Amino acid sequence: MAAGIEFTTALPDKEHSLNLLHQMIRVRRFEEKSAELYSAGKIRGFLHLYIGEEAVAVGAIAALDPDDAIVATYREHGHALVRGISANSIMAELYGKQEGCSHGRGGSMHLFDAATRFYGGNAIVGGGLPIAIGLALADKLQGRSRVTACFFGEGAVAEGEFHECMNLAALWKLPVLFCCENNLYAMGTALKRSESEVDLCLKASSYEIPAWPVDGMDVVACEDAAQKAVLAVRSGEGPFFLEFRTYRFRAHSMYDPQLYRTKEEVEEWKKRDPISTFEDRMHQRKILDDDELAGIEKQVGSEIAEAIEFAEAGTWEPIEALTRFVYSERPAQ
Amino acid sequence: MEMTYIKAINSALMEEMRRDENVFMMGEDVGELGGAFKATEGLLEAFGEERVIDTPISEALIVGAGIGAAVLGMRPIVEMQFADFISCAFDQIVNMAATTRYRHGGRAECPLVVRAPSGAGIHGALFHSQNPEAWFTRVPGLKVVAPATVYDAKGLLKAAIRDNNPVIYFEHKRLYRSIKEDLPDADFTVPIGAAEIRKEGTDLSLITYGGTLGQSLDAAKIVEKEDGLAVEVLDLRTLLPLDRDAILATARKTGKVLVVHEDRLTGGIGGEVAAIISEHAFEFLDGPVRRLCALDTHVAFSPPLEEAILPNTNKIVDAIRSLAAY
Repeated sequence: MAAGIEFTTALPDKEHSLNLLHQMIRVRRFEEKSAELYSAGKIRGFLHLYIGEEAVAVGAIAALDPDDAIVATYREHGHALVRGISANSIMAELYGKQEGCSHGRGGSMHLFDAATRFYGGNAIVGGGLPIAIGLALADKLQGRSRVTACFFGEGAVAEGEFHECMNLAALWKLPVLFCCENNLYAMGTALKRSESEVDLCLKASSYEIPAWPVDGMDVVACEDAAQKAVLAVRSGEGPFFLEFRTYRFRAHSMYDPQLYRTKEEVEEWKKRDPISTFEDRMHQRKILDDDELAGIEKQVGSEIAEAIEFAEAGTWEPIEALTRFVYSERPAQ
Repeated sequence: MEMTYIKAINSALMEEMRRDENVFMMGEDVGELGGAFKATEGLLEAFGEERVIDTPISEALIVGAGIGAAVLGMRPIVEMQFADFISCAFDQIVNMAATTRYRHGGRAECPLVVRAPSGAGIHGALFHSQNPEAWFTRVPGLKVVAPATVYDAKGLLKAAIRDNNPVIYFEHKRLYRSIKEDLPDADFTVPIGAAEIRKEGTDLSLITYGGTLGQSLDAAKIVEKEDGLAVEVLDLRTLLPLDRDAILATARKTGKVLVVHEDRLTGGIGGEVAAIISEHAFEFLDGPVRRLCALDTHVAFSPPLEEAILPNTNKIVDAIRSLAAY
């Protein structure tokens, strides 16, 4: 383990910095709009917003190749967007329309797209980890040099599956990048109230997996750490564990009085907003001007407006089709 | 070639792995040890450790890893060393495997086989004797099979491996070496979803599967000889989806139905069979649909208690006579 490892804090070149900023703003605005649509009754059910955590998905996924796989959680709209599932099909899925990436069957928590190797949001805490192991195992057995990035929250480390997966991934040297998004609260339960050992990297290290803590509010650090980890995983050294220390600015789901944390704590973390701090740094380096920022906002605004239009125009799956997709429609092999 | 039930399982695995290189095995002690019951004996030598993979004792992970590999087009067969341990993988089977296709709007498939050695009668006590099939038969997206004969052990396993859905294959431990059959050398499968009449009859229908088929056939012979009763015996073979046509056909034919299974009475397959008959063949019935199952308790280690808890040939004979006299 390399506790306290320093990642680069130097901004990438202008083009790449603009791209990272653009991606974070896309996710932020998409989530803000989703919250509005939820309040308007357009999106139903459960909605878990990624606001505050954008740097993690944007930084980590920037380090992946298009061929690498992603397994995510129920707070995965951002990962899906950054990965390249279109805003249209994500928004349609949030609406439950059949034009959505999961045909409207899965909704907000179960975005899926094999074409971009996005193997699902997952609404069971820890449920995606064994599946990530299987994806990586298949790649290894079939001789493909691909990485599976598995995102999960710090709450998942309390599940037995986490430990089963850490052990096996290390034992078999599977190409898995474990991306723990530690936002400090498993719904309303603070990490220190649920874990006897709150140093998550120490847990991973005990399975002989190299583990680094990363400032999850700094997109540059997230990308740098992920790039180094991906390089190690791809070279066949086995899995890697990154603990992204981050914070969610909004409630766990849409309605949550947030009595488990203080307003002051939230305000403290908001000072480290991954988007505004990155903007400031870009300004200081003079690689971002107001016109460029306005341009990004405008582009993102129209992308999301189009996604809403697409979702609104989407169609409900006909009731007659309700028994479809339970069993395969292909003949046995 | 004459072989035992367990040899039939072994030869199905061998042949399917030879036929399709995407098929591989994973489980606790399936490789070097050849399986706790020797079902996978010789596979490691034949196919190597990349296709016959020993795992830690991590049932949820074994099933979940199978799902991940299946989504990428492989055809994993995972073994639960005893069906009793399948409960550790319940989330992965019920929440993940069963919904893979549905959750993703048909854009992913999960061709996974979970082999689960089940059943009592071998003095295994509470955690090595269970018949947990009914936990799974109410989960859409899964298929559940329970072969009772050597032929079906082989044919249903091959069909399960070739199926594009997650299939749970319950193999009865008591049958492993207690039954033998001459099997064809040529490739064959047994269709999933099709029950089979094992003995024709007109007086009463006995519907069963898995470990109680042999006892049911023995009982049918006894009552035929001693009471002149012609009992029809239907072997369900697949528990999800149930072969409703075959169930209704035999119920309509004889008008009296006894369901026998080694799983417990309450919430068992027998209740579903009785409901199907009562809904769709009520006017053909000449008596209540009766069930003879394990008692609603746990399988005790104590041999006299185990005997008292489980169905057996004598109990089936009594149940047939009682229903025939109704």
